[in-house]
Amino acid sequence: MSMVTINDMAFVCIALFTILSALGMVLSRNIVHSALALIMTFIGVAMLFFHLDAGFLGLVQILVYAGAISVLIIFAIMLVMHGEPNQTNRFNPSLGTHLWGAYIALLMTAGLVAAIWFSGLPEVKGRTVEDAVGLLAELLLGKYVIAFEVAAVLLLLAVVGAIILARGVEEK
Amino acid sequence: MIGLTHYMILSSLLFGIGVYGVLSKRNAVAILMSVELMLNAVNINFVAINRFINPDQVVGQLFAIVVIVVAAAEVSVGLALIISIYRHRKSVNLSDFNLLKW
Amino acid sequence: MEHLFTDTAYMLTSWMVGLGIKPVWADLILLVVQWAIIIAIVTVNVIILIWLERKVSGFIQERLGPNRLGPFGAFQTIADAMKLLTKEDIIPSRADRWIFMSAPLLFIVVAVMLYAVLPLGKDMAVVDLNVGLFYFISLGSLSTICLLMAGWGSNNKWSLLGAMRSVAQMISYEIPLAFSLLGVVMIAGSLNLGEIVNAQNRYWFILLQPVAFLVYFIAATAELNRGPFDMPEAEQELTAGVYTEYTGMRWALFFLAEYTNLVAVSALAATLFFGGGQGHWLPSWIWIIIKTYLIMLVFMWMKWTFPRIRMDHLMAFSWKVLIPVSLANILVTGLGIEFFRGMGW
Repeated sequence: MSMVTINDMAFVCIALFTILSALGMVLSRNIVHSALALIMTFIGVAMLFFHLDAGFLGLVQILVYAGAISVLIIFAIMLVMHGEPNQTNRFNPSLGTHLWGAYIALLMTAGLVAAIWFSGLPEVKGRTVEDAVGLLAELLLGKYVIAFEVAAVLLLLAVVGAIILARGVEEK
Repeated sequence: MIGLTHYMILSSLLFGIGVYGVLSKRNAVAILMSVELMLNAVNINFVAINRFINPDQVVGQLFAIVVIVVAAAEVSVGLALIISIYRHRKSVNLSDFNLLKW
Repeated sequence: MEHLFTDTAYMLTSWMVGLGIKPVWADLILLVVQWAIIIAIVTVNVIILIWLERKVSGFIQERLGPNRLGPFGAFQTIADAMKLLTKEDIIPSRADRWIFMSAPLLFIVVAVMLYAVLPLGKDMAVVDLNVGLFYFISLGSLSTICLLMAGWGSNNKWSLLGAMRSVAQMISYEIPLAFSLLGVVMIAGSLNLGEIVNAQNRYWFILLQPVAFLVYFIAATAELNRGPFDMPEAEQELTAGVYTEYTGMRWALFFLAEYTNLVAVSALAATLFFGGGQGHWLPSWIWIIIKTYLIMLVFMWMKWTFPRIRMDHLMAFSWKVLIPVSLANILVTGLGIEFFRGMGW
């Protein structure tokens, strides 16, 4: 039984932070509190990326998710809020639907966890690569350039579509 | 020792919490937020497998970046849809979107 | 003199290792000491800057600034700080307490975190990240959430409106900020701030990337919510916008964070465009201080010279002018690099 290193304790802290934020997000009755808990979850996931030696990806996660998508979500929440803030995010009214949802989610999670635990994943130590940014750039513009271009077109479509949808069609 | 198993279990727990959020909320924006949570869980999986199995090629991180891009596009279009529905129905409660019900 | 701080750090760690502490813990203690020094630098700089801003604005507006307390009014800031500390701490009754109280704290935390990668001299960055510049840009985008929290937590229409305007402005100007720095990264070939400084051995990047510096300067002014872009917190339009409900020390924390951001952004400009730290016969950390203060003087000069820009003009300027200009800059930089490499430069 090897010693518990600082690395492991850091992982446990980050994992606890992320899971508690995610639970806070789904269990909160106030949708603005949900959104803020979601931001904490995003930052927790970014810290996990840093722990996995994916520094660039962690910063992309903070920049895109915590910096931009969260702002989009909070803007949309404020634009469509109707009524008291702490009534905005209640669970399904009928207890039956609510419990069915929890049951299905628990079943699925239990199945996934059991599959992972009993599948005997190799206990590899894992190496790290030094210049992830350079390698990413070579892959992105070399072997996976089609994915890159398609992602760019997708973003363009999303921007144009979102503007048209949110602005509405004017009656001529 | 923290290995691949721990990361995958963490990501499946996050995924399960996201599924619970999707199934049991009735605010459309809250459901969208739970979908984002599920996408994040999948990203953790990609990066963890990349680091532990094959770190010389950073394909896992590359795919995680593509997933982040797709999630950003989906969130913007989804929120635009919700705002435009709110203009007509004056509500984002899922039980009020019942025009197609028989 | 040049290696004053690096030698002190080395002596500290070797003394601690000599006492029998493991190297890991010695490094951790050194990190805590560096953090304390950064907090001291931030605080001293903000005190000097507030006085400097009032004096500079006074000179530009042909009046004396504060000149009663101390020589040239130098103790005015300390008197203001004491006044703010003794003010009553009011939290609106229907405000969301936790969000209201934590917004200024998070703002200042994000602002101080920017200093972790700045090279304050030669080999004097606290953490020499390989993706240092990208870290800077990411944390800059994190401060928008803090303003939204401040605006929402105040339970006040003016605050919410000011917060939304401010966040819309900050998000719009993040894009030209990041794009303008990409030209510098292309020439230097790395995101590491130390390597970017070293790549300016022959020519400072201000000569190679003047358009990028201009775009960066304008975008940074808008990101800091100051200068001609301070519509979201304008006293005449929005009754202090986001900061309406904040009194005493909480308001002071917001201003502390704004000035901290200003120093960080100026130091980054000095590092990226003016070869920060490089210079003859003065140690590198004195050169960084001089260059940062000169750039901050230009920021203040711009604030007190131009009138405030209207909100829709502001957004149109970012999306329709700055983004195409910065994209064109990236294109020209790429072509230029290939051309000069082909010529064997």
